[in-house]
Amino acid sequence: MKDAKVIELEEVAIRFSGDSGDGMQLTGTLFSDATALVGNDISTFPDYPSEIRAPQGTVGGVSGFQVQFGKKEVTTPGDFAHVLVAMNPAAIKANARFMNPGGIIIYDSDSFTEKNLKKAGYQTDDPFTESNLLDFRKIGVPVTSLTREGLKDFGLDNKSVLRSKNMLALGLVCWMFNRPLDYIEEFIRNKFAKKPVVVESNIKVLHDGYNYGMNLQHETPTYIVHSADIENGTYRNINGNQATAWGLIAAAERAGLELFLGSYPITPATEILSNLSQRKDLGVKTFQAEDEIAGIASAIGAAFAGDLAVTTTSGPGLALKSEAIGLAVMAELPLVIVNVQRGGPSTGLPTKTEQSDLLQALYGRNGESPVVVLSASTPSDCFFYAYKAAKIALERMVPVILLTDGFLGNGSEPWKIPDVSELPPITPRVAKSAETFNAYKRDENTLARDWAFPGMAGFEHRIGGLEKSVIGTVSHDPENHQKNTEIREGKVQKVVDLVPDIEVCGDSDGDVLVVGWGGTFGHLISTVRELRKEGKNVSLAHFNYIKPLPKNTAEVFQNFKKIVVCELNMGQFAGYLRDKVPGSHYYQINKVKGLPFTVNELKEGINKLLED
Amino acid sequence: MTEQKYTIKDFKSDSEVRWCPGCGDYAIMNGVQRTMAGMGVPKEKFAVISGIGCSSRFPYYMDTFGFHTIHGRASAVASGVKMANPDLNVWVITGDGDSMAIGGNHFIHTIRRNIDLNIILFNNRIYGLTKGQYSPTSARGFVSKTSPFGTIEDPFIPGQLVIGARGTFFARSIDSNLKLGESVYQAAAEHKGASVVEVLQNCVIYNNGVHAAITDPEHRADRQLILEHGKPMLFGAENEKGIIMEKGRLKVAKIGENGVTLDDILVHDAHEEDPTLHLALIHMSLPDFPVAFGVIRSVSAPIYDDEMTRQIQQVKQTRKISCVNELLRSGNTWEVTGNKNGKSADCP
Repeated sequence: MKDAKVIELEEVAIRFSGDSGDGMQLTGTLFSDATALVGNDISTFPDYPSEIRAPQGTVGGVSGFQVQFGKKEVTTPGDFAHVLVAMNPAAIKANARFMNPGGIIIYDSDSFTEKNLKKAGYQTDDPFTESNLLDFRKIGVPVTSLTREGLKDFGLDNKSVLRSKNMLALGLVCWMFNRPLDYIEEFIRNKFAKKPVVVESNIKVLHDGYNYGMNLQHETPTYIVHSADIENGTYRNINGNQATAWGLIAAAERAGLELFLGSYPITPATEILSNLSQRKDLGVKTFQAEDEIAGIASAIGAAFAGDLAVTTTSGPGLALKSEAIGLAVMAELPLVIVNVQRGGPSTGLPTKTEQSDLLQALYGRNGESPVVVLSASTPSDCFFYAYKAAKIALERMVPVILLTDGFLGNGSEPWKIPDVSELPPITPRVAKSAETFNAYKRDENTLARDWAFPGMAGFEHRIGGLEKSVIGTVSHDPENHQKNTEIREGKVQKVVDLVPDIEVCGDSDGDVLVVGWGGTFGHLISTVRELRKEGKNVSLAHFNYIKPLPKNTAEVFQNFKKIVVCELNMGQFAGYLRDKVPGSHYYQINKVKGLPFTVNELKEGINKLLED
Repeated sequence: MTEQKYTIKDFKSDSEVRWCPGCGDYAIMNGVQRTMAGMGVPKEKFAVISGIGCSSRFPYYMDTFGFHTIHGRASAVASGVKMANPDLNVWVITGDGDSMAIGGNHFIHTIRRNIDLNIILFNNRIYGLTKGQYSPTSARGFVSKTSPFGTIEDPFIPGQLVIGARGTFFARSIDSNLKLGESVYQAAAEHKGASVVEVLQNCVIYNNGVHAAITDPEHRADRQLILEHGKPMLFGAENEKGIIMEKGRLKVAKIGENGVTLDDILVHDAHEEDPTLHLALIHMSLPDFPVAFGVIRSVSAPIYDDEMTRQIQQVKQTRKISCVNELLRSGNTWEVTGNKNGKSADCP
């Protein structure tokens, strides 16, 4: 029986935070999965440093994982955390600004030594005053000594003991939020199946943490967050990179092709490569190339030879692939390029999110080099847009760039698992008649050429990066180049047949239309919902199809007094809309801090616009 | 299926060949076409992939599947072609600028992986298509438009890179020697794994005579050592000279002089895994040594595309997941039932 103070909440955000070696990403992930399994909707946000091991105990080395869960649909990981789990003073220092006023801070009191406080950059021995956290409820738990005590009979060395600290914190938080431990125990048993002592010690510490919470119940409040009202079906947790990988496999299966990925490791896109390399059971071919260029070049070769070909990267890698994307444009091969965007320019903020590669995706190549550009807007819909990118590439013989970002790639949410047969069919344009085949003969309606690959007798032909005549021979004829340039652009524009109209969330006319694209969807929809609850006449149009834009874009825009384009860059989509959908005035809300928007700052910006 | 008989004509496309009159490329293409015609491989299984440069126009002149790609990337594109369909017979056409400079990285990694490609490297020690700049294989001091006072850098010796990248096959030929050319293309095609054939090729316009010291009919016999596996390394008009090993180094010796007999002459072993001697043969240069030609190294090692196929088949045999629907439902899932409220993105 729990007779501690019980608080019922609609939604709660918890931030797990510690040294990058403290296992906070795993702790957060386990808590999130256990939470989803009891039926809450969740949204997660891993926030970790780019250094593998920054000096221990320093702010630079703090790794965080925030999860928000609720009884209703949860669309963001939460602007601010209600509960902070801090394994050291640096975690307090780094996360003070992400805290909800009046929230709870659970911290490892053993770690608050003079040395650690100094490492975190505190001047005094009172970090809470220094970080202006006096209004918070602070619960010091001797995590380190409890862990040590609990494991004293296990005969483990000090390092192994300390490695289990995160399980104590996890057990405690599970008690606070009434999460059963069975899922976590099962995970530990599977993960360390070959090391029974690790299984036992971790489970012991997990229970110690849970029991500690129970014993301290007069001090520690318990929270109840009821299950969310969600559509019936089978669910799983999925992050954006996994969803992207699986969407591509699904596309290959539906298209009846083999999947080839040529890629080079780069944060935060690498997980797509590692995920797909596990899928040899489904015949997926992955090639870890010597560099970004070979990644895409091998994919172009695979496309030439009849595979569903993909390359995955992040901003700097997309820059390196530019010339090869131009080759795919010229050779008119089906190719999917996934860019999991991160903060730029140059190496920039590798582990942080941003939407600043939009113009690079649209225009970052030599010559008139049009490609289709799509973007995913939640972790789970990366599955659908990866699938759709493949469908467009294969049916229209065109390279497609899919933009996701670090926030989507690493963030996770529950996902209602679709049946593959419900997905739209994919019909690759494989050439049928050798007699009538020409390399650049086109379908009248789509302008797509036919695809014939080595091994198909009678279809022998040559393609390449030089401008071509219809039959595929090299042509320097001025009229031909003009015509083909227009055809390549026209072919991309014709993809609009596969693009659904943009839907407005809210009213079809009104004072303010919030416009966004890609990974900001969760924050934008939350913002618009809150503003509408407050009686404001605000709606949202969120874009997944960037090039070509949905047919009805201009029509939708003209019904609003003000349009505000919100994006995590300095105004790239706004500039694009000014060019492609003239006639409206576009206000902007922009942020480039390597972090997602917060609902609060969006509301503030939009409210200002409503008042003006 | 009965094996179709081809002639060299079956491999010539309708495109007009536009290399300069007298260019060494013509002879190389004829040799490759003749080799392909004799391989007994259905024509549609050939894919010829090139980068950028004069030689890279090659695929347009071939009546096979062909792809003229971008500068330096041919071996990366060809790797993708081979992985997509390991059944294909894939050829890479590249030059010294294409594969030794801008594409150096792809070149060495393709060789290291031992993907089953036939790479023909046209080495004329000059950038021809851009009209006469020095290349990574130009000799130190070479005067060109971009090195008017002579280069101040040493060239790559392509075969050394091949050995350094753990290559399994390296042969050297020369454009003017048709018979030698065909024999090495044939050997390269038969070799399983990455085969590199360096062809010393003459650019009549920008570097005419670059290999003349080697090809000069008057001295040719003394300056070329045509290697054959299992045969002694003899050269000279009367085969009177040979290569011997002395104090761990190669040396030219004349049979009958200083007590040297035929038994002292090294016998070429292209299949020796230890690359030391192969490297030394590749390194031989005028005036102290003849230049080595023929198949210098041909050893067997695991082939990337075979290994890729094998690994996929192996995993498939014990797989628990055989389609995407199963994949999506693997791991932790949960059922939601009896809920009337739908999760939707509708606005209030």
